[in-house]
Amino acid sequence: MTDVHIIGAGIHPFGRTDGMSGLDQGVFAVREALTDAGLDWAAMQFAFGGSAAAGNADAVLPRMGLTGVQFINVANGCATGGSALLAGYWAIKSGEFDVGIVVGFDKHPRGAFSPQPAASGLPQWYGDTGLMLTTQFFGNKIMRYMGLHGITPITLARVAEKAFENGAKTPHSWRKQPVDAETILNGQMVSDPLTKFMFCSPAEGGAALILVSDKKMRELGVRGPKIRGAAVRTRMEGSFEVFAPSLDIKRGASPTEIASKAAYEMAGVAPSDIDVAQLQDTESGAEIMHMAENGFCADGEQEQMLADGETRITGRLPVNTDGGCLACGEPIGASGLRQVYENVQQLRGRSVGRQVEKAKLGYTQVYGAPGLSGVTILEA
Amino acid sequence: MAEPIAPGLIDLSGDGPRLIGGRRKRDGKIVFPLPTGPEAANFDRITLQDRGTLWSYTVQRFRPKSPPYTGDDDERTFKPYALGYVELPDEVIVETRIEIDDFAQLKIGQPMALTLQRFRDDDTFTYAFKPV
Repeated sequence: MTDVHIIGAGIHPFGRTDGMSGLDQGVFAVREALTDAGLDWAAMQFAFGGSAAAGNADAVLPRMGLTGVQFINVANGCATGGSALLAGYWAIKSGEFDVGIVVGFDKHPRGAFSPQPAASGLPQWYGDTGLMLTTQFFGNKIMRYMGLHGITPITLARVAEKAFENGAKTPHSWRKQPVDAETILNGQMVSDPLTKFMFCSPAEGGAALILVSDKKMRELGVRGPKIRGAAVRTRMEGSFEVFAPSLDIKRGASPTEIASKAAYEMAGVAPSDIDVAQLQDTESGAEIMHMAENGFCADGEQEQMLADGETRITGRLPVNTDGGCLACGEPIGASGLRQVYENVQQLRGRSVGRQVEKAKLGYTQVYGAPGLSGVTILEA
Repeated sequence: MAEPIAPGLIDLSGDGPRLIGGRRKRDGKIVFPLPTGPEAANFDRITLQDRGTLWSYTVQRFRPKSPPYTGDDDERTFKPYALGYVELPDEVIVETRIEIDDFAQLKIGQPMALTLQRFRDDDTFTYAFKPV
C-alpha cells in the first residue's frame, strides 16, 4: 500500500475575525494549502471537510470551483478535523485516490456553549439544577486526578503560562500576551481548581491540508511529512466523559488511551520516539492528563516535568508549541487540523521563533465530547 | 406541598429519601437515573444507598446559563455551589449537588450522605449529598 504525505498546509489565524464568516476563513485556508502544495483546486480528486457551527463545509465549492469533486461533509464533534484527516488518509491509502484535501473551519458565538439536556438524551432536571456545564466536567476530572496523583494547582498554572508564552511566538494564535503563572493561579475561579486563564474559549478559524500518495509526490517533485499513524476511537464502558449523571465504579480506558495505542502500533514507534506533541488542552488539566493518556509519562510525573520545563519548546518533549487551544481558542471544525498544521510546520523546519530543533516525529491528539479522540503521528 | 423536581427521581416512601436507579437486566450494570421511555424496559427499578464517599468535586462559581438552568437567582444574587460525584459502594457513582458552606473542607474519599435540597423558592426540591 502507498504511504500518505501532507504536501500543503494552510491556516486562517484563529481567534476573532470580524467581517469574515467561518466559511471565508475556511476558503482562506484552502487557498493557502493549495499555494503551499503548488496545486490548483482542479487537481483535487476528493475533499473531506467539517464545521460545527458555521454551515456546511462543502459551501467552499462555489468559491473554489464546481469541478465535480467528491466532497464529503464530516461531523464528529470536537474531533471533526481529525476525522476528516483520517477519511482523507484512508481514501489515498486504499489506492482509490492520489491527491485530495481536508478542511475544517468554524465560528462560534462568544461565551460558554449552552447545551440542552434532551439533545444529549438526558432528563430536563439535569439541566434545571445546574449540573449540565462542560466546565464542571473538566473541574471534576482534574480534581480527582490531582487527588490521586499528587498534581498541585501551580502545575495547572504552568501549563497555561507555557501556552501563552508559545502563543506569543505563533502567527496563527489568538492570545499573544504572555501571562505569568501567579496571575493565572490567582485569576477568577471558574470551576475549581480551574481559573479563567486555564480554560480555552470557543473561537474562529480555518485549516486545510493537501494529502498525496507516494506516486503523486514523486510526480510533483515535492516533499512533505508522511502520516505514519492515524486513528480515531470512541469511549468504552467505564470512561469518564462530559454530561454523565452516573459513572461505573469499575473504571475503563479513555478514548485517548485506545486511539493513542492504535496510532503507535500503526506507526511502529513508541512515545519516547516523539519529538514534538500537540495535545488537546481544552483546559490546563486536560493537557496534564493527556500527557499520561498518550503514553508520555506515568500518572503524577507531570508535576516535576512542568516544574523542570520539559514540555516547553526547549524541553525534552515540547507540547503545544503554538499555544494549543488555550492560546488559539477552539473552533471545533478546525481545531484538530490546526494541531496537524503546527506539526507540519515543525517537521518542515518552518516554525520561526518556536522551532523544535531536529523534530522528526510529530504527534497530535484531539479529544472531544461525547467521548472520542483522534491521534496522528507524522514523520518529517 | 413540596415536590421533587422530577417524578421517578427520588423515592420518598421509606424512612428517608433514596435515589431511584436502574439495574440493567442484561448484565446487572447499575445506572442513575432510572431510564424512561422505551429504554426503561431494559432496567429494573432499584433504590440506591443513601451513603457513600466523595469521588470528585468542583465548585460552580458563576451562574449557569438559562436555559437550561432554572434556579430563581440572578447574576447578582447567585451563590456558588459545590457539586461532584459520590461513590455508592458496589452500586454506582452518582453526580450530585453538594451541601457545604466551606468548600475548602471538601476532600476526596470523605463520607457523604443523601439529603434533599431546595434550590429555588417554589417548593421544588432536588437531591444533594452532604458530608457526614
